[in-house]
Amino acid sequence: MARAGGHTLTAFDHDLGELRSLIIDMGSVAEAAIAESMRCLVEHDEVGAAELIAADEQLDDLEAEAERRAVELIALRAPMADDLREVVAALKIAGVVERVGDYAKNIARRVRRLPKGEQLEPMSLLPEMAKIAAAMVHDAIAAFVDRNPEGAKQVCARDDALDDFYESIFRTLVTFMMEDPQNISPSTTLLFVAKNLERIGDHATNISEMVYYAATGERLLDANTPRDG
Amino acid sequence: MIQFQERISGQVSTADAPAKIDIRGMGFFYGKSHALRDVTLSVPADAVTAIIGPSGCGKSTLLRAINRIYEIYPDQYATGEILLDGRNLLERRYSLSALRRRVGMVFQKPTPFSTTIRNNVAFALSYFERLSKSEMSDRIEEALRQAALWDEVKDKLGASALSLSGGQQQRLCIARTLAVRPEVILLDEPTSALDPISTARIEELISELRERFTIVIVTHNMQQAARVSQRTAFFHLGELIEVGDTSQIFTNPQVQRTQDYITGRYG
Amino acid sequence: MPLRRKLADILALLFAGAATLFGLVWLVWILWTTALQGGAALSPVLFTQMTPPPGESGGLLNAFYGSAVMVLLALAIGTPIGIAAGTYLAEHGRYSRLAAVVSFINDILLSAPSIVIGLFIYELVVRPSGHFSGLAGALALAMVLLPIVVRTTDEALRLVPNTMREAGFALGIPRWRVTARVLYKAALSGIVTGVLLGLARIAGETAPLLFTALNNQFWSADLSQPLANVPVVIFQYAMSPYDQWHELAWAGAFVLTAFVLCLNLGVRFLARGAK
Repeated sequence: MARAGGHTLTAFDHDLGELRSLIIDMGSVAEAAIAESMRCLVEHDEVGAAELIAADEQLDDLEAEAERRAVELIALRAPMADDLREVVAALKIAGVVERVGDYAKNIARRVRRLPKGEQLEPMSLLPEMAKIAAAMVHDAIAAFVDRNPEGAKQVCARDDALDDFYESIFRTLVTFMMEDPQNISPSTTLLFVAKNLERIGDHATNISEMVYYAATGERLLDANTPRDG
Repeated sequence: MIQFQERISGQVSTADAPAKIDIRGMGFFYGKSHALRDVTLSVPADAVTAIIGPSGCGKSTLLRAINRIYEIYPDQYATGEILLDGRNLLERRYSLSALRRRVGMVFQKPTPFSTTIRNNVAFALSYFERLSKSEMSDRIEEALRQAALWDEVKDKLGASALSLSGGQQQRLCIARTLAVRPEVILLDEPTSALDPISTARIEELISELRERFTIVIVTHNMQQAARVSQRTAFFHLGELIEVGDTSQIFTNPQVQRTQDYITGRYG
Repeated sequence: MPLRRKLADILALLFAGAATLFGLVWLVWILWTTALQGGAALSPVLFTQMTPPPGESGGLLNAFYGSAVMVLLALAIGTPIGIAAGTYLAEHGRYSRLAAVVSFINDILLSAPSIVIGLFIYELVVRPSGHFSGLAGALALAMVLLPIVVRTTDEALRLVPNTMREAGFALGIPRWRVTARVLYKAALSGIVTGVLLGLARIAGETAPLLFTALNNQFWSADLSQPLANVPVVIFQYAMSPYDQWHELAWAGAFVLTAFVLCLNLGVRFLARGAK
């Protein structure tokens, strides 16, 4: 359905805009956290990792604020139809983005566990995977702001690439672990990191489904069938 | 890390704002019937304060006490104090004319006078101020612009006010009140006789006006109070039950009766 | 049983129709006779010559003039006082006992026989002055008009919704100004209707004039002397044995009826325009 002009009560538009801005900001923080966590991992920057872990609190605060704003919007403006779907979607997306931030935090936590010095080979794949995951999050939120269901659909399609990445890293790491028991500890760490990134991709897909529903009122058929692992 | 502290805004509570009208221990009687009991309420300046409550709770009574319009009727009287900028307006000495110039009122049913649009707006203005013809035209235009009606009537100021639609007539009544540049505007269920679109336009108008005027609105439509006001007072059976920031009243009221009313549990 | 109800319905309808017809028949007969007889006697002479002595033909000019003068004078006296009193009753006296009493007395005066009013003016003005006069006639007519205007003004003002009053007061305008500039405008058609209806009434009043203005055969514009007027002329000429006088009486009756009819139509027109 095409959108008409703004609400007669301009304060309503203002409040919706504020909520959207908040979601955008949360997305930026989460993406930055993903990139930063990857950097700390690759460069083995324990100080940076500690800062990242502490800064996750910011995302929690933002989520609480988004929740407060959404509740107030519902109470004071009584949004209907697409406005209502958008506000409910914003509320849920805020929660999901906060969890994405938590995953980035988990990745940062793993930095300590890795041995200094030489890196295992899959390490080189991880930044690539992280980039894809972060891009998915970014595009999903952009689709929310633009109310673009097609954009949301496209994000869902990219989740397969991420799953493939995970599969290949998994196999490689299993091979390493079988080769040399010394490799088990760092391998499992990297495996967890890869798993976190894959989960971030899944969450981006969830966001896309919420965006699709908010924009069209229909459910996006779940292309996100979980694979083994 | 990007700092987003400013996003998490500290909201300014209306309780801290300076009060334009201070109602202290006010009571109201219709003959022997005690309609309002011991009302103490402060109305902040440059904000919209909504008064809500079920029928017969005294909200219109309170509003009509602020500009003493009840004095037309012999057996109605008020006790206590209502301070406007510190002076008690319920005193006999406070001139009615001066009071009503500072405190304007718009009623539920649009009441345009049976004359031209121009004369309607100029009506009170020509009584209170000595103005030249061009000054008068300017003031009329100013009032009509403030009431978001200028564009619709600027070419037919000489037409009868009764030829306007309901929503336009109500905005004309608002313009008439604005013409004398009051400080406070009292609105007694201003949109209950209008259709949803006219209602929305007038609510938007109220939002614009609140930057320059203190507004008190009585409404039986809770949703309207939620949309339009910054501060809300809930009345029940002649008593003030709870007053606070609108966002707080509608998301987390402190008194059970308030919550019951707002959630629709009328018991 | 629907049949019985239908029967009762038809019967009631027949009764109502018959009653209406009965009333209408007389009305139509009167109008028809007036039109016939009066129309036959119509001629421009009516408006150019004076009332003639017995046996001669003439016109009704002095009678028309006298009636017009007295009626207009009565309007000039009665209307302002009536509107002022009606305003008092509607605006200031709504909650006072005095106003209730005044209103009650007004209603009595409204339905008082006009001959009594004529008698009153006779005692008050005619006897002390020693002779009949047009002024006395005008005063009597004013007294007949007064309660009509008071009642209709009161009603018309009461019809103005209270919210309009409150809106006027809420602007800080003093009471009298709200009444003058807002309420009168809103009640105008009602007030004017009242005045016109009163005018229609006094144009045809005969009894009070018998005691006050009497009649004058000749041309006179002197208000302190008896003044010719249409109703009394009709009265005198109809009862006379002269044919020409009979004709003139019919003509006078016709003109008077036509005048009142037009006034009533005018009032109706005004009422429709006000909606």
